[in-house]
Amino acid sequence: MFPASRYSCQAHRCVRLLQKIKTEHATPQLYTTLNRRACSTVSTPRITTHYTIHPRDKDPRWEGVEMERFADEADVVIVGGGPAGLAAAIRLKQLANKHEKELRVCLVEKAPQIGAHTLSGACLEPSALTELIPDWKERGAPLNTPVTEDVFSILTEKYRIPVPIVPGLPMQNHGNYIVRMGNLVRWLGEQAEEVGVELYPGYAAAEVLFHEDGSVKGIATNDVGIAKDGSPKDIFERGMELHAKITLFGEGCHGHLAKQLYKKFNLRENCEPQTYAIGLKELWMIDEKKWRPGRVEHSVGWPLDRNTYGGSFLYHLNEGEPLVALGFVVGLDYTNPYLSPFREFQRWKHHPFVAPTLEGGQRIAYGARALNEGGFQSIPKLTFPGGLLIGCSPGFMNVPKIKGTHTAMKSGMLAAEAIFPKLTAETLDSETAGLHVPEYAENLKNSWVWKELYAVRNIRPSFHNYFGLYGGMIYTGIFYWIFRGKEPWTLKHCGTDANQLKPAKECTPIEYPKPDGKISFDLLSSVALSGTNHEGDQPPHLTLKDDSIPVARNLGIYDGPEQRFCPAGVYEYVPLDTGDGMRLQINAQNCVHCKTCDIKDPSQNINWVVPEGGGGPAYNGM
Amino acid sequence: MSGRVLVGVKRVIDYAVKIRVKPDNTGVVTDGVKHSMNPFCEIAVEEAVKLKEKKLIKEVVAVSCGPQQSQETIRTALAMGADRGIHVDVSGKDYENLGPLQVSKILAALAKQEDAQLILLGKQAIDDDCNQTGQMTAALLDWPQGTFASEVSLEGDKINLVREIDGGLEHIKINTPAVITADLRLNTPRYATLPNIMKAKKKKIATVKPADLGVDLTSRLEVLKVEEPPQRQAGMKVETVEDLVVKLKEAGRV
Repeated sequence: MFPASRYSCQAHRCVRLLQKIKTEHATPQLYTTLNRRACSTVSTPRITTHYTIHPRDKDPRWEGVEMERFADEADVVIVGGGPAGLAAAIRLKQLANKHEKELRVCLVEKAPQIGAHTLSGACLEPSALTELIPDWKERGAPLNTPVTEDVFSILTEKYRIPVPIVPGLPMQNHGNYIVRMGNLVRWLGEQAEEVGVELYPGYAAAEVLFHEDGSVKGIATNDVGIAKDGSPKDIFERGMELHAKITLFGEGCHGHLAKQLYKKFNLRENCEPQTYAIGLKELWMIDEKKWRPGRVEHSVGWPLDRNTYGGSFLYHLNEGEPLVALGFVVGLDYTNPYLSPFREFQRWKHHPFVAPTLEGGQRIAYGARALNEGGFQSIPKLTFPGGLLIGCSPGFMNVPKIKGTHTAMKSGMLAAEAIFPKLTAETLDSETAGLHVPEYAENLKNSWVWKELYAVRNIRPSFHNYFGLYGGMIYTGIFYWIFRGKEPWTLKHCGTDANQLKPAKECTPIEYPKPDGKISFDLLSSVALSGTNHEGDQPPHLTLKDDSIPVARNLGIYDGPEQRFCPAGVYEYVPLDTGDGMRLQINAQNCVHCKTCDIKDPSQNINWVVPEGGGGPAYNGM
Repeated sequence: MSGRVLVGVKRVIDYAVKIRVKPDNTGVVTDGVKHSMNPFCEIAVEEAVKLKEKKLIKEVVAVSCGPQQSQETIRTALAMGADRGIHVDVSGKDYENLGPLQVSKILAALAKQEDAQLILLGKQAIDDDCNQTGQMTAALLDWPQGTFASEVSLEGDKINLVREIDGGLEHIKINTPAVITADLRLNTPRYATLPNIMKAKKKKIATVKPADLGVDLTSRLEVLKVEEPPQRQAGMKVETVEDLVVKLKEAGRV
């Protein structure tokens, strides 16, 4: 905790007490002033100005400002235009058109165009897509690269140990396609518009709305025109309310509205906490001579040590030009606060097995996103009055296969199929104003999604042993390949990722090589390639529940891990103008919406909320 | 006076995106890249809508020349308050060769057709930085032009304008009908909020072809090559003035 020499015992007690209080709206304001009064030796410059931390009804600058919102009604509102949300929307409209029923389906998406915030490897298993749109090939779905070669390696610093991919192992990719997920999502968006879905990219769902009886009523989009200091600008306008009989939340991994819903409806009381990884990705235009279209390469081992989960991917696309998609995944349960996933990625590219492919090539894109690793054990309760969760938001990723798109899409389709009869029934049979559809969870449990996730449930947790990576691989070989996951026990995860960091003084800093500008690059030029930008004059959307904790705790105990795990350089500890001490500077404009900070912050002080819609990365076919 | 204002809006690659030159050096990659309305066009639309709100003009018509996707840009203008849109359908090779001269001819033809009292444009587009369309349109119509406007006020059938020029601010008074191009400080554009986007879906966008307007799209310019700017060479630090002179002599600069 806090070093006793710096603070008086009174402050010590005070802060310990305050940390136990659940941070609802009013308390952080109280808590920061109390904290500041008690620890008068530290003056924290104000960082957070967002209204979710400093409510506007108590703010004199907002007196007299019109806060009424325009409201509209739909039958179904879907939050998130990714594979799950779009699959659900398409399936709903397919059913409506088939049964000749009128159904208004509205989908809101924070990206400025559908697909602009999508980032994935990716090797797609086309099962769910074929179920949704059987004639996807004729309709021009961008699945252009069937997998032709599958290579798996364990890397050491200089060498490579090949691992044979025998049929039956989860990472075998026969029958799958290498896709540019952003392009597939964009195509799904076009299919959705064709069947009559109302798509609204550029508008973020910022708030969940509730009926009097506590069920979900819909969502409200973000307000616009709030200045950086939290005051209203001339062009301030309230967001819009979209009411629906049922709302589907498909925000992807670690959605911010889902985070609120877990608390409100106690959805996580019977499951393990979700665990995550961060995936960083680049697209490279390589020398034609090195191009092997359809080739899939995966590796584990170097540069990570055997106790840090992670690995790499490198896929050769076949879309007319020598393009490869490559990237690196690091499990966010890593313990060393000096670890930088970005720099691990950059130095992995220099390995003798990887560098030759990239030599003479040109990097054209960069991005990053968190992904789920909790699997079966971390699936929460999926339905609640007025809404349900689909896709990577509750988390259906098959971790050893490193695929979650097919299960996400299937969950969206199952949701649509469960909702449709209830929506179009003669009488709306519901105890609550918002529809409750527990049938969705039932259908999911009886589907291939459940069976698939059950079979691989023990692979990821099997890495938590002394031999780390090697123990995990042996476990997979015995219990998955031979016994197909039928062992009667279910291994547990280690707890939340945020709790895994060891204090900095117990760990050794890692010496990373300098980027050479040809194969490896520095962080800021990478962020520029993501095309990310936000309207500058708005409150930072990386909100801190308590502005003083970063310097006091994150920097004090863990040496500021957020400056290392953020793949976009949002967090920087800079010296105070007065010379003594540091402060946290949040460069919110750089944010690529990966959600890693909200997941990995050891103090769980960072709360990612949605910025003004349309801001964020501008990925193109990532 | 018809009280009608024509506002030109251009769909350009978003300013925050890192552009890439196509491998064949004929242009930049646009496929799938994030596009948005040219920032100066947003300011022009905002000014037109403000004039309508002050009841100084009756109708705002948003015009864009380009392929099918230009309709999204017109929808944004409609969501900001324009009344209807005109999409001049230009695609393929014609679109690649579309420059200020052709657009001015189109705008001039539309202005006559729509009996416009005022044409509001952005001062330049952020992709080609030409800063020519407003001026050419005025010339073709033989109308007065108020370019780089940072303040616009209507006074009867005349317009008072403040222009941002190199020497400072110039105040001019011009007759209507006229062409005005918007500069950065003219106003702060409003957001196109969701309820307005939904309402905009009901507003009309008419599609016309340049041939219908009697406009010839042939370009007098031929793009020979597009290439990236040369890589910036690293600088060198020297310790003393003598070293500096030696280095400059070596580089042949002195």
